[in-house]
Amino acid sequence: MTSEELGTGGAPEWNPEWASWAAAAREEFPRAQSALMPFLHRVQTDEGWLRPEALDAAAHYLELPRQYVESVVSFYSLFRTEVTGHRTIHVCMSLSCALAGSDALLHNLEEALGVRVGQTTPDGAYTLLEAECLAACDLAPACQVNLRYVGPVPPERFQTLLEEEVSTREDA
Amino acid sequence: MKTLDRHYLLRHRDVPGIDTLQGYEADGGYSGLKKALAEFEPDAIVDLVKASGLRGRGGAGFPTGLKWSFLAKDGRPRALVVNADEGEPGTFKDRELIEHNPHQLIEGMLIASYATRSPESFIYIRGEFLHGHEVLQRAIAEATERGYLGDRVLGTDFSHHMYLYRGAGAYICGEESALLESLEGRRGNPRLKPPFPAVAGVYGLPTVVNNVETIANLPPLILNGAEWHRQWGTEKSPGLKVMSVSGHVTRPGNYEVPLDATLRELVEMAGGVRTGHQVKAVIPGGSSMPLLPAGQLDTPIDYESLVQAGSMLGSGGCIVMDDSTCIVAAVARVVRFYRDESCGKCTPCREGTYWMTDVLDRLEGGQGELGDLDTLLDVADNINGKAFCPLGDASVGFMVSAIRNFRDEFVEHITGRTCPLGARLYDTVNY
Repeated sequence: MTSEELGTGGAPEWNPEWASWAAAAREEFPRAQSALMPFLHRVQTDEGWLRPEALDAAAHYLELPRQYVESVVSFYSLFRTEVTGHRTIHVCMSLSCALAGSDALLHNLEEALGVRVGQTTPDGAYTLLEAECLAACDLAPACQVNLRYVGPVPPERFQTLLEEEVSTREDA
Repeated sequence: MKTLDRHYLLRHRDVPGIDTLQGYEADGGYSGLKKALAEFEPDAIVDLVKASGLRGRGGAGFPTGLKWSFLAKDGRPRALVVNADEGEPGTFKDRELIEHNPHQLIEGMLIASYATRSPESFIYIRGEFLHGHEVLQRAIAEATERGYLGDRVLGTDFSHHMYLYRGAGAYICGEESALLESLEGRRGNPRLKPPFPAVAGVYGLPTVVNNVETIANLPPLILNGAEWHRQWGTEKSPGLKVMSVSGHVTRPGNYEVPLDATLRELVEMAGGVRTGHQVKAVIPGGSSMPLLPAGQLDTPIDYESLVQAGSMLGSGGCIVMDDSTCIVAAVARVVRFYRDESCGKCTPCREGTYWMTDVLDRLEGGQGELGDLDTLLDVADNINGKAFCPLGDASVGFMVSAIRNFRDEFVEHITGRTCPLGARLYDTVNY
C-alpha cells in the first residue's frame, strides 16, 4: 500500500494498522525500548522504507522522543529512510567476495542500471546497495535481492540479479 | 587429525529433514534436553561443560563453563542471549547451523538455560538473515507446541521462554555489549565494562552471551559426556569446530573438523587452490585476525597453536588467498570494512580506520609514498589497545601482519607507481 493510496488529499497519512503493530511489538518486548526495532521492521517490510510519518508514529505509539527514534534508525544500515525500489540489490564487498570479483560485479550493475551505488533507478524498479559481509562467503560473490541470497554471481552474470524471479518485499 | 565418522554440528549433512521437529526427534533430537532435566542438577551441567573444556566459538575462545559460573549469584533471574549476529568477514558457519539445524540450537539453549537457571533466553539474529529468522520462528513455534518451551517444560519445574530478536545491519552488534544495547532498542554502541554482562546484561539481568556454535555443541555433549568431547583436538582446545573456508579454493564451504586439524588439511578439504596457483597466505579466523603466509600452512588450528604462529582462531573464518592476490588491495578492502562498521563512539577507531583506508587506497592506486608505510603502522599503533571495544584492534591485525610479511609488495606499489598485479578497487582512484 503506498502513501498515495492511503492519503486523502495527497497528504502523507499514517497507516491505521501501525497502532496494532506497535501494540504487538510492545506486548512481545515490553522492556526498555526493545519494541522499537520490531515495529520498524514491520513497517519497512510493508512499505519498503521508513517514511517520516512512520518515525512519527513509532515515537507516538511507543512513547519515545522523535529524535530518539531518528537516532536509532540512522545507526542501522538496513533501515532505509529514502524511497526504495521494488528490488533492493545488496552486493557483498567483503574480502572473500572481493577475491571473487565483487567490485567488477558492482561496476557492471551500475552500468546496466544507470545508477551509482546507493541510488534507485528512476522507474523505481531497483535500488543498488553495497553490503557488509553477508556471511555467505561460500557463495562469493554473494548478493541479496530483497534480503534473499543469490550467489555465486560472477561479474559477467550480473543480469541474473535483474532477471531472476525473486520474492518481492511483500512476502519478505 | 582424527577422522569423523559423522557430523555432530552439521548433522543435516548426514540426516535429511532434520530442520523439522519431526526429523530432529527421529534422529534422537531433544534427548539431550530430556537427559539434562532427568539426570542432572543445573550445577552438574556447568561442571560437565567445564570438564569438557568447551570454549566459546564466537571468537574469543573463553571457556564456556567458566563463563557460566561468573553469573551473579544474588537471586535475580538470569538470562541467556545467543549471539547470531554472524558478520565477521570469512565466517558463515552459524548461518548454516541456523538455516539447516535450528532445533539443535534451540535444544542447546534449553540445556544452557537450565544449567544457568535462566527463565528467559534471546536469540539476536542479524537483520540480513531473513531466511534464518523465518526458520527459527517456525522451529520455536514447533518446539513450543511440543512442550519443550513454555511453562513447566516436559512436565518438570523448569519453565522457559525464548525470544527471537532481529538486528538491522551493524557488524558492531556482534560485540556482546553492543548486542545487548541493540536488543534493548538502542543504537548499537558498546557498553563500558565493568559491569560485565554476567552481572548486568540484558535489561540489567545477570546474562550469559554465547555464540550459536557454542550452544549447538551442548546436546551431543550432554548425551556423550566430557571424555567423548575431549577425544578430539588438544588438551587445551578440545572438541570439534566448524571452519568456514572461502576465498581461492575450489570447494568453499563449512567443514566440521577436530581442533587439531591443520590449515593445510582444511585447504585440501576445500579442494585446494586452482590448478597452476599456489597459496600465498591464509587468514585463519576471520578478517580481524593476522594472516599466515603459505610457509605456516602446517599450523594446527587449535587456539594455542595459532596464537603461537602469530594469529588467532577467532570465529573460524578461514580465507585463502592464492598467488594472484594483491595483498595491498586485500588489506585496503578489509580496513575499509572496519571503517564502515566502526560505530563512531571512540576517536582512535573512528578516525584511525578512515585514515588507514585513505592511505591504503592511495597505495593501491600507485599514488603512495614510502613514508606511508610508517604512517600506517603508526596509526595502527595508536588504535591497537586504545579503542573502546575490540573493533579497533580488529581493524589493524590483518594490515600489520601483511606489512610485516609482504613489505616488498607494498614498496613495489610505491616505487612502480601502480599495482604490480593489476588489481583494481571499486570506488578508489584506480577504478
